[in-house]
Amino acid sequence: MNLEFTEEQVMLQDALNKYLEKEYSFEQRQKLSRNGVGYSEENWQNFADMGLLGVPFDEQYGGFGFGATGLIVVMEAIGKGLVVEPYLASVVLGGQLIQQAGSEVQKEALIPQLIAGELKLAFAYVERNSRFNLADVAFKAEKEGDGFRLSGKKSVVFNAETADKIIVSARTAGDQTSKEGISLFIVDKGAVGLSSRDYETVDGLRASELDFDGVIVGADALIGSLNEAYPVIESVIDFASAAICAESVGVITQLREKTVEYLKTRKQFGQPIGAFQVLQHRTVDMFMVEEQMRSLAYLAAIRVTDGTAEERLKSVSAAKVYLGDARPIVGEQSAQLHGGIGVTDELDVAHYVKRLTMLNVLFGDRDHHMQRFCQS
Amino acid sequence: MDLNYTPEEKAFQLEVRSFLKESYPKELQDKVSKGIALKKEDYVRWQKILAKQGWVAPGWPEKFGGPGWSPVQKYIFDEECGTANCLRTVAFGLVMLAPVLMEFGTDEQREKYLSDIYNSDVWWCQGYSEPNSGSDLASLQTRAEKQGDHYIVNGSKTWTTHGHYADKMFALVRTSKEDRKQKGISFLMLDMKAPGVTVDPIITVDGMHVVNQVFLDNVKVPVENLVGVEGEGWTIAKYLLQHERTYIAQVPRSKKQIERLKVLAGKELHNGKSLLEDDRFRAKIAEIEIELLALEMTSLRILSKMSAGQPPGSASSLLKVKGTEVQQAITALLMEATGYYGFPYFKEVLKEGWNEEAVGPEEATFLAPHYFDWRKSSIYGGSNEIQKNIMAKAVLGL
Ligand SMILES: Cc1cc2nc3c(=O)[nH]c(=O)nc-3n(C[C@H](O)[C@H](O)[C@H](O)COP(=O)(O)OP(=O)(O)OC[C@H]3O[C@@H](n4cnc5c(N)ncnc54)[C@H](O)[C@@H]3O)c2cc1C
Repeated sequence: MNLEFTEEQVMLQDALNKYLEKEYSFEQRQKLSRNGVGYSEENWQNFADMGLLGVPFDEQYGGFGFGATGLIVVMEAIGKGLVVEPYLASVVLGGQLIQQAGSEVQKEALIPQLIAGELKLAFAYVERNSRFNLADVAFKAEKEGDGFRLSGKKSVVFNAETADKIIVSARTAGDQTSKEGISLFIVDKGAVGLSSRDYETVDGLRASELDFDGVIVGADALIGSLNEAYPVIESVIDFASAAICAESVGVITQLREKTVEYLKTRKQFGQPIGAFQVLQHRTVDMFMVEEQMRSLAYLAAIRVTDGTAEERLKSVSAAKVYLGDARPIVGEQSAQLHGGIGVTDELDVAHYVKRLTMLNVLFGDRDHHMQRFCQS
Repeated sequence: MDLNYTPEEKAFQLEVRSFLKESYPKELQDKVSKGIALKKEDYVRWQKILAKQGWVAPGWPEKFGGPGWSPVQKYIFDEECGTANCLRTVAFGLVMLAPVLMEFGTDEQREKYLSDIYNSDVWWCQGYSEPNSGSDLASLQTRAEKQGDHYIVNGSKTWTTHGHYADKMFALVRTSKEDRKQKGISFLMLDMKAPGVTVDPIITVDGMHVVNQVFLDNVKVPVENLVGVEGEGWTIAKYLLQHERTYIAQVPRSKKQIERLKVLAGKELHNGKSLLEDDRFRAKIAEIEIELLALEMTSLRILSKMSAGQPPGSASSLLKVKGTEVQQAITALLMEATGYYGFPYFKEVLKEGWNEEAVGPEEATFLAPHYFDWRKSSIYGGSNEIQKNIMAKAVLGL
């Protein structure tokens, strides 16, 4: 057993933290978030140059081969900096789908481009009535000549607006909620018949509603085996869930540090408000959640890499349940302990709170994962 | 003990119901039920209708124009207004300043201000908090120096709700330095259009502009705008806060919100079933319903003991804490019910409603911003921690 990061991983984290400290003040983040596309292409290229985009990929395709455990260091820094670049959408979700299910040809064609920052992906899997059930897929793909015709809608697709290609889950057989009969397709963003409605999200990112109106793709657009995509989707979403749990650790750490700092500096009744024991205990609760969350995020990252299916499900859901607990204990209390200023747009705290809250929703909320934990 | 209404109370209930049905504007009902941001003209419109009916100030004693209702009638009125999705009257004039003028003001002041408050012709804001004096309100630093027949006011107030709408502000200012910080505070009414008053917007977490920072730079206030005795404003401040805290509890509104939550949860699907049929989700709604049942009964018990115009004392702290906890819990569940549709953020929709096809359920766009924004309710009116301190001291004697 070894619970330390490798030297290389630590170096990468240091480099990223330094970069973010210099280039990614809260004000800059807010500007990027509201610049219309929601991130900076320059940052993205710099991430590529630092090797960040290759962290989870196998070495044979030009990656670092760090897997999910190496990804922790990146995701934690992303959480700390409230980074808006499409790392999760493109590298984690898109990249893992290719890595786990792509053919040799697809991997060789796509992964090096992803790592170089020349290709961006987005994953479209949410539908109007699917909620958190990944098998609830009404979106259809039907045989058309050698290829397929794709029709249907997908919701809340992160960074689809600026992605070059969209990976979409589609029903190719079975009824709407069957785990059998789901397939994955990769589609050019500019494909004829694909339209999008793009918007800001409440936590400062960008997402889109996508409408596929009979989009024609070739046979080579299929990723993985026909009708057998469900286990891949579940595994990739678990991988990404472990990643956002690590992101939440960065967010929680910031909220705890900022709140403790505020308690030391804000004075009322002639003393720092941190002198009030009730507030001390709230921040200690935050600190304990932070440590426990870190542990569960690490465990989830380890298990998505080498666990059995059951270990993977249980540890990811455990971490996501804990992330749900962090919402009131860390998120709500950070705002509360800042008083009025904690609910202003101007202060970074409110934006960390928003991200933490929405990370709870992403890939299934506390209730969903509690249920999954009980059933697995 | 009997929770059934008497025949007279039932008749009154029907009277209120039919009045609301006829007189409450559809557009306002639509805005409130969807959670669209309300503008000053919306409030004024409804308050004027209520004033015409004689019902805009249920808490006022009859001699000042109140309707002379019993506590039960007031409860029925609130309940019916909640059910009808009425917007709540704005408290600053009607619920906060008016009782203060009745209790501490001069006849001239009552004469001059009460009818404008009643008719919503003059809009008030509350100048209590300052950047360095929030929970510790009595430490406030805004100074008022008497020069002839004026006070000259200098300082800054913050978190001023509706400051940008207001014609006037009632403010706590320091008129002298004394051994105890609670001494030397005075209660002044000042004109927001007076030279030296600047209003800067503060944007809250939902992206909206409701609160402001107000700068007071050599603002001249006639001495007759002092309420009560100079230097004894703290007593008035506390009296007013009890009215404010009771107003914050909002039981009928929470009941309506629970109804809304059930409708939404009944439509949103989870593994093919509605969320309302999901045991876990249903139990979470039930937890709030139970808390709210208790709160309703508690507020009835408290309010039935109060005569018109009287504040409820430290019980207002209990109502404030429990009332806001329930409200916040509902905003959280509403947001949870929409799942991924909590993400899309359309600022203009928050202000104007949807003019095009909504993304996801129509109401979803409002729910996450409301959840974030509603964190404020455990902060304003005196934070919930401060309310607990008050109860520990004043009720439990700790
Ligand atoms: C949306 C909104 C609208 C408002 N509208 C108005 C308005 O119209 N007019 C007006 O005058 N004010 C208004 N307020 C101000 C409100 O009353 C103050 O924000 C509130 O009193 C808290 O003060 P503060 O923000 O300075 O927080 P602080 O007093 O700095 O408190 C920070 C934290 O410390 C805690 N704390 C402080 N002292 C203690 C203690 N002794 N024991 C335990 N915990 C403690 C608080 O509970 C809080 O969690 C509004 C506030 C908001 C958010």
